[in-house]
Amino acid sequence: MTSSTGPILTVENLNAYFGDFHAVKGVNLEVQRNEVVSLIGPSGCGKSTFIRCLNRLHEEVPSANCEGRVLIEGQNIYAENADPVVVRRKVGMVFQKPNPFPGLSIFENVALGLKLAGITKKSVVTEIVEWSLRKSALWDEVKDSLSSPGLSLSGGQQQRLCLARTLAVKPPVILMDEPTSALDPISTAKIEELVMELKQEVTVVIVTHNMQQASRISDKTAFFLMGELMEFDETSALFTNPKNLKTEQYITGRFG
Amino acid sequence: MQLEVAEKLTVKQAKPKASSAPRRKLDIHFGDRVFYYILKASAWGVVGLLLLMVGLLLDMSWPAFVEFGPKFLINPEWNPWTGEFGALSFVYGTVVSSLIAVALALPVSVGVALFLNELAPTWLARPVGFFVEMLAAIPSIVYGMWGLFVLAPFLRNYLQPFLHETLGFLPLFQGPMLGYGMLAAGIILAVMITPTIASISREVFKAIPLGYREAALGLGATRWEMLKIAVLKTGASGIIGATILGLGRALGETMAVTLVIGNKAHISASLFDTAQTMASVLANEYAEADSDLQLAALTAVGLTLFIVSLFINSIARYVVWQVDKKYAGMGR
Repeated sequence: MTSSTGPILTVENLNAYFGDFHAVKGVNLEVQRNEVVSLIGPSGCGKSTFIRCLNRLHEEVPSANCEGRVLIEGQNIYAENADPVVVRRKVGMVFQKPNPFPGLSIFENVALGLKLAGITKKSVVTEIVEWSLRKSALWDEVKDSLSSPGLSLSGGQQQRLCLARTLAVKPPVILMDEPTSALDPISTAKIEELVMELKQEVTVVIVTHNMQQASRISDKTAFFLMGELMEFDETSALFTNPKNLKTEQYITGRFG
Repeated sequence: MQLEVAEKLTVKQAKPKASSAPRRKLDIHFGDRVFYYILKASAWGVVGLLLLMVGLLLDMSWPAFVEFGPKFLINPEWNPWTGEFGALSFVYGTVVSSLIAVALALPVSVGVALFLNELAPTWLARPVGFFVEMLAAIPSIVYGMWGLFVLAPFLRNYLQPFLHETLGFLPLFQGPMLGYGMLAAGIILAVMITPTIASISREVFKAIPLGYREAALGLGATRWEMLKIAVLKTGASGIIGATILGLGRALGETMAVTLVIGNKAHISASLFDTAQTMASVLANEYAEADSDLQLAALTAVGLTLFIVSLFINSIARYVVWQVDKKYAGMGR
């Protein structure tokens, strides 16, 4: 079933709704291993809703539902017997607003996913926490204060802590929903750098409002408009030579 | 929570300016100045009223303290015929009945709040939430009558025999099964404070940013794990605050308790036994006190109730403060 050569993520005819509102319309998309894919488009175009369908978080909103097939490593996460809890361990998520858990220390925040997955052996947990914090370039800043509250960190550090928290359970796919829109330029640059390093090990799907960001960090870019996937191509091709008129108008700033 | 943090910040920043800038504005606008003094008078008026009440209680109860000294607080004996008065059995009755109430009401209330906020669909949550809050609108005398005519017989015929059979080896569940008594009072109080704790907990849970719930789910938490991590832990100080308000109501509740507690001044290890609280002895005996000394002793009980409430509230405030410190910065 699981092949290391085929696409890691395949979306087939995905439709998402909020009650009667059709937010994502028949989207088909393939993402290869170790790629960074950016989703761009004007506010309300359905890109956030789209990635929230990829870890089954969309259905947590009352009245929201979706249909279609989403294959992660060849397995349909919307199959009858698929457990959303298991899906979310394979597909990590970093949110727009840094959200370390209040009352948990830096260490506990990173270790939480492991605890939820039933990994409790102290030496293992300590090792993975250090690995995750190193991967998210936070280790040197926090190694002497692992027991202080996660919320005592600055906004940019908090977002990297959230990234470490997500990395700790070693998901093959990580979703990011505008992870830098609440951060200053320096913290943003750090996150971007991390995303580019992380693609050695994981596949990243990132929603961004910032087209420069998309062109800096992603291999492929998808342009969404009114719930539809208008164009999906190599990032350089999409930005220099868009095939769709709407894409061209959007990236040249004529609307959105 | 965000609001509180914001308030703290604004207060801090506003402080250095407070002495100069706003004053000048007040001087210019006569209406503002009048308004300012009206508000100031209201604020100080409340403080003054409180001090006046304490002064009055002290003055009226003074003869009892002169007669019995500090022994008044540790003497469980209360006998109008022999003229021996001590408040300990009432303090015991108040504290124990309130603790039973909190122990029973807290898990139920938090459960209700969690269910209505996090699990129930809106069409169910609205009416059920409304009915839970309506419980607070029932007059306490009605609770008392319900306790006397419905709850007490139920306890006598079913619950007390059951507890006696299963947990009868504990002194708590031994002795005569009368129905009314400490247990009945505790249960009535639990019903009365449930809406308070439940509705405040709901507000607390509502204020917790959605992001925490999604972060927990996104990490692979089950629904229950998510509620534990993102809602209960995050809302801990609010739940404690809600409990204090409920406890405050239980400590001072008079009418319902007076009807079901049995009104006997003694300390018994059994929850089945009768008891007496500080509030209920006042309601029972104040109107027909035989001597000036009894009247003074009753007022001293009132003062003790006041101090006990103040003490428990202070401890609870301290706990909230500590928890808040631990969770400082939440929702930033």
